[in-house]
Amino acid sequence: MSDQFTLRVNGADHDVRDSWLGESLLEVLRNRIGLLGSKGACEQGECGSCSVVVDGELVCSCLVMAASAIGQSITTVEGIAPDGAPSDVQRAFVDAGAVQCGFCTPGLIVAVHSLLESDGEPSDTEVREALAGNLCRCTGYGRILEAVERVVVERRR
Amino acid sequence: MAVFVATDVASAVERLDDRPESIVLAGGTDLMVEVNDGRLRPLPDADVVAVNRIAELRSWRHDVAAATVTIGAAVTYSEMLAEPLAQLVPALAEAARTVGSPQIRNAGTLGGNLGTCSPAGDGLPVLAALGASAEVASTQGRRSVPVVDVMQGPKRTTLGSGDLIVSFTLPVTDGWQGYAKVGVRNAMVIAIASTCLVLDRQRRSVGLALGSVGPTVLRAPELEAAFAAALDWRTMSVHADAVRTFADGAAAFAAPIDDHRASADYRRHAIGVLTRRLAARGLDALGAAA
Amino acid sequence: MSIIDAPAAARPGTLGDSVLRPDGTAKVQGSFEFSSDLSAEGCVWGATLRSPHPYARIRSIDVSGAWKVPGVLAVITADDVPGERTYGLIVPDQPVFAADIVRYVGEPIAAVAGDDPEVCRRAVDAIRVDYEVLEPLLDAEAALDPNTPAIHPDGNVIASQPVVHGDPEATADVVVEGTYEVGMQDQAFLGLEAALAIPDPGGRSLEVYVATQWMHEDRRQMADCLGLDPESVRLVLGGVGGAFGAREDISLQIHTSLLALRLGRPVRMAYDRAESFLGHVHRHPAQIWMRHHATADGELVKVESRMVFDGGAYASTSSAVLLNAVTQAPGPYRCPNAVIEGHAVRTNHLPCGAMRGFGVVQICFAHESQMDKLADACGVDPWELRLRNAMRTGDTTITGQVVQNVAPVEECLRETAALPLPDEPVGGRPRSDGLVDVMKVPGGAGRTTDAADVVRGIGWGVSIKNLMYSAGFDDYATARCRLGAGVAMLKFATVEVGQGFVTLAGQIARSILGVDDVVLGRIDTQIGSAGSTSASRQTWMSGGAVASACRAVRDRLFLHVAEQHGVDPENLVIDGTDIRDETTGWRIAVADASAGIDIDETVVYRHQDTEPLDENGQGDCHVGFVFVAHRAVVDVDPELGLVKVVQIATAQDVGRALNPLSITGQIEGGIAQGLGLAVMEEIIQTDGVIRNGNFTDYLLPTFLDMPDVVATLIEQPDPMAPLGAKGVGEPPTISSTPAIVAAIRDALRQVDGVGRALDRVPVRPADICLPARASSPPAAG
Repeated sequence: MSDQFTLRVNGADHDVRDSWLGESLLEVLRNRIGLLGSKGACEQGECGSCSVVVDGELVCSCLVMAASAIGQSITTVEGIAPDGAPSDVQRAFVDAGAVQCGFCTPGLIVAVHSLLESDGEPSDTEVREALAGNLCRCTGYGRILEAVERVVVERRR
Repeated sequence: MAVFVATDVASAVERLDDRPESIVLAGGTDLMVEVNDGRLRPLPDADVVAVNRIAELRSWRHDVAAATVTIGAAVTYSEMLAEPLAQLVPALAEAARTVGSPQIRNAGTLGGNLGTCSPAGDGLPVLAALGASAEVASTQGRRSVPVVDVMQGPKRTTLGSGDLIVSFTLPVTDGWQGYAKVGVRNAMVIAIASTCLVLDRQRRSVGLALGSVGPTVLRAPELEAAFAAALDWRTMSVHADAVRTFADGAAAFAAPIDDHRASADYRRHAIGVLTRRLAARGLDALGAAA
Repeated sequence: MSIIDAPAAARPGTLGDSVLRPDGTAKVQGSFEFSSDLSAEGCVWGATLRSPHPYARIRSIDVSGAWKVPGVLAVITADDVPGERTYGLIVPDQPVFAADIVRYVGEPIAAVAGDDPEVCRRAVDAIRVDYEVLEPLLDAEAALDPNTPAIHPDGNVIASQPVVHGDPEATADVVVEGTYEVGMQDQAFLGLEAALAIPDPGGRSLEVYVATQWMHEDRRQMADCLGLDPESVRLVLGGVGGAFGAREDISLQIHTSLLALRLGRPVRMAYDRAESFLGHVHRHPAQIWMRHHATADGELVKVESRMVFDGGAYASTSSAVLLNAVTQAPGPYRCPNAVIEGHAVRTNHLPCGAMRGFGVVQICFAHESQMDKLADACGVDPWELRLRNAMRTGDTTITGQVVQNVAPVEECLRETAALPLPDEPVGGRPRSDGLVDVMKVPGGAGRTTDAADVVRGIGWGVSIKNLMYSAGFDDYATARCRLGAGVAMLKFATVEVGQGFVTLAGQIARSILGVDDVVLGRIDTQIGSAGSTSASRQTWMSGGAVASACRAVRDRLFLHVAEQHGVDPENLVIDGTDIRDETTGWRIAVADASAGIDIDETVVYRHQDTEPLDENGQGDCHVGFVFVAHRAVVDVDPELGLVKVVQIATAQDVGRALNPLSITGQIEGGIAQGLGLAVMEEIIQTDGVIRNGNFTDYLLPTFLDMPDVVATLIEQPDPMAPLGAKGVGEPPTISSTPAIVAAIRDALRQVDGVGRALDRVPVRPADICLPARASSPPAAG
């Protein structure tokens, strides 16, 4: 296969046409499937803005060759809370002031969900290490840490 | 041209043999950077062979009798960080933790590290210091080659176009091993100097490998032998001068260049400090246990 | 971070409340449309060909190869620019496309349009340019030499500005001097440059969606180059993924528009990270010599300085950047005498212009380093020395301007000192298993450093920053308010880059009009200019405009209510969501009072006049000033030269805290950029070629590099400010850098009693642990 393939994104199959060989999952999500929530800011896996979950693993979609992801389950920010109501993480980001320009935010939302699924009680340092691959140029990370802490406390209840 | 998602080694190597210009895709963390910036475009008559769904490449096993661990070439750094593998090869876990970010560690692999063969590859000094061997498959069969013999320089290895790295076999050592890496940032940074030290009490041998200070990862057999000879392996103690000589020797052995990441002088200096600190760390740990 | 003195409770949604962003939910869900997310029916892509040489003559350009690439639709060069061929914020010296000379690596030469980005990439690669490579001018000092051949028709000196104040011959008991250097920093916003241009039928007008900072200024420059009336160029703000100064200049606006007009169909352009590093201006690298004269007690008597800012190939805002630096050379301190000489020059480096702090960042690193030297020479504690010299309201600056603002420098210093030091022990608290927590020591996961290898230092940085535009610039902002049925509609061209003006605008309307519902109109050029989102000016300027428009509407509402209900409009006030008669206590809900009416007011707000400097650099050139103090605690591994910033404490002069949560975000985010400049961020060019134009090698602080921030806000409402509030965006970036460097120096002094000069930022590991470089060349006094 090459000219046409199918990706399973957020629980639905999407036929991908006209993709050139080697095109990244990020480009395919944005330009072929029309899911614009994943953002590109470095094309090198250095910023985390394009973070998605592939078969349970948090990865940078800019470093995934789209055609190699056939048969895998892909979750993007649009699939985090598909019913339209924001998730607890999304709400906490807004409430804690963790959003400024918002460009890094979708990737961070995906990364925080992924983190809290594997570790429900991360320490501050663990949060910092887990999110070190998601650059934010606006916030200095303080409010993002606060948002994650709020979710941890909320989920504990 | 196509992306071929291989599920077994045989079909992967057949495909590579069939189309010699084909590209092996493991975690994508190096390859896709080149694709994204246009430096690399798969050729029309070649395939991309994705190997990260070949079960043999995605698994690892501990051979207790042989005291070795064999790690599939597409095992990710995140998996190397997890117990029990982390306990079997602690230096590899330490190196894995310094690789990029969680996202990169969830994708990046040792096979890719060797395939790219950057002198800054974080897994390579560990493989070198432990004397790991790589199992390489092709349509001609399989062979085992020492990792240090594969590494030639940046993006240069002795592997041929039809070769597929299947796994790495490393000794499970009795003693101490550690990895340390200098970068300008506290996370997600390329090594500007790195060192792996292995103190193998059973074999009474020392392994030292240096990263980012030469065209490829360096091993220093003479220094290792001299330090091994200076060590009292029973008490795990050594004269302070011997540690200094070892560290100074490592710094002198390094062959770094100046570039935009750091000066050669700094890289050399860092190798000396890291070697000394690793030696002290290892001797402390083993001495306390002795 | 904890805000220590929280403001008094305000009605939810009004001024003083930590109101949440109206665009927050869209941003967390990924549905907010950034400029790079925009598309249009029939849209094609554009791309730019850029120079590989820092300085070369173009002998010929052969575009025929590009036309042979299937899918190519347009190829344009300088010959295809119908209007002015150059543009610029202050002087139009920068070509839309280089025609005969290229002056920096990355200068645009041609643009193409094609069916998709891959087609465009191949077409760009197929254009052949024949260059005669010239010897580049790369030394800013050499650029000042009149014998150096000019690399631009306007000459190599962009601006020179002296400041002579008081007695130029004055001296005193203690004299300290030093030469300081600041590297080139990149704004590195995450949302890359992107634009979508949609031509109108007929091809004589168009609509352009773009992420920018100043819509009307973009429009002016675009219209000039497109050969159109400004009215024919309608700008609409595309979602902006951060700015920090980098979007103040034109990047892809004109190229995209030219292609769209040529093709008569929509064109989008988007830079990747590598192109972004070439496509926008950066923070000026600077070399600054300073000599401070003080009494034995450390009281400043005179400051001398000579500074050279490398503006790169084109002027951009270099002259304004230089003005900020020379006029604020002593920092936030009283200084009766000054002799300052500043130059901004042209070289074949990347062009430099606006970045958060705008000239003050560079001079602040120098003057704060000097204050530490002076403290040392006088045997006075660095904090105490700053306190002794702290500027107050009514003091005179070195341009002879009386500071009429609230100037709480002393309060900033005292309140910062009162903030708790970190409880984390040196080298971090060990983990439960007794081992070092590697993420709390320098080197992090690199496992380079044990707690015993770490020394802790503490350092101070204090700064002054002018607000708004200076030196006689006609600086204004426009806003429109419309009220009906209890709903306020606001319209302005104020660019939202993430700072939160969209939040603040609603707060202002709710406070002044007593409404709960505020609707914001699209941000575009269908209203007068708001000026740029820069210079910490929009809270004051656009805040002032929105407030004025809302007050004008409120006054008309009062007249309407007075007429309807037979009350005296002079007695009416807004009380919560009611209108109340202060004499009788009669009240009516704003929602009811505004039912069935439509009041519409557009107001232009201007700040007080400023004046240009005279030939001695004297004059009331600035509108107002803001102040801040930073205390940094840094753990250093002296042997490897690695650092871990442990804590930044800060007390910031905010005038009045209109949205404490939003201010917190500005403080923490600004400090992150100051930290970046202190220890890691620098664009490295060798022979005029950028070596690290990507995020693998241009390092931004990660989550693990940022320390805890403890902050307190100094709230002394400024009577000059329309809402009592000062801009808060720039101060956190400015003096956090010297505070961190001072802390590193402090740590190193503890090691050997001598320490290191660390006279250059970013401080590199080798600067800390290897023998010092040969001392900087002596500067002329």
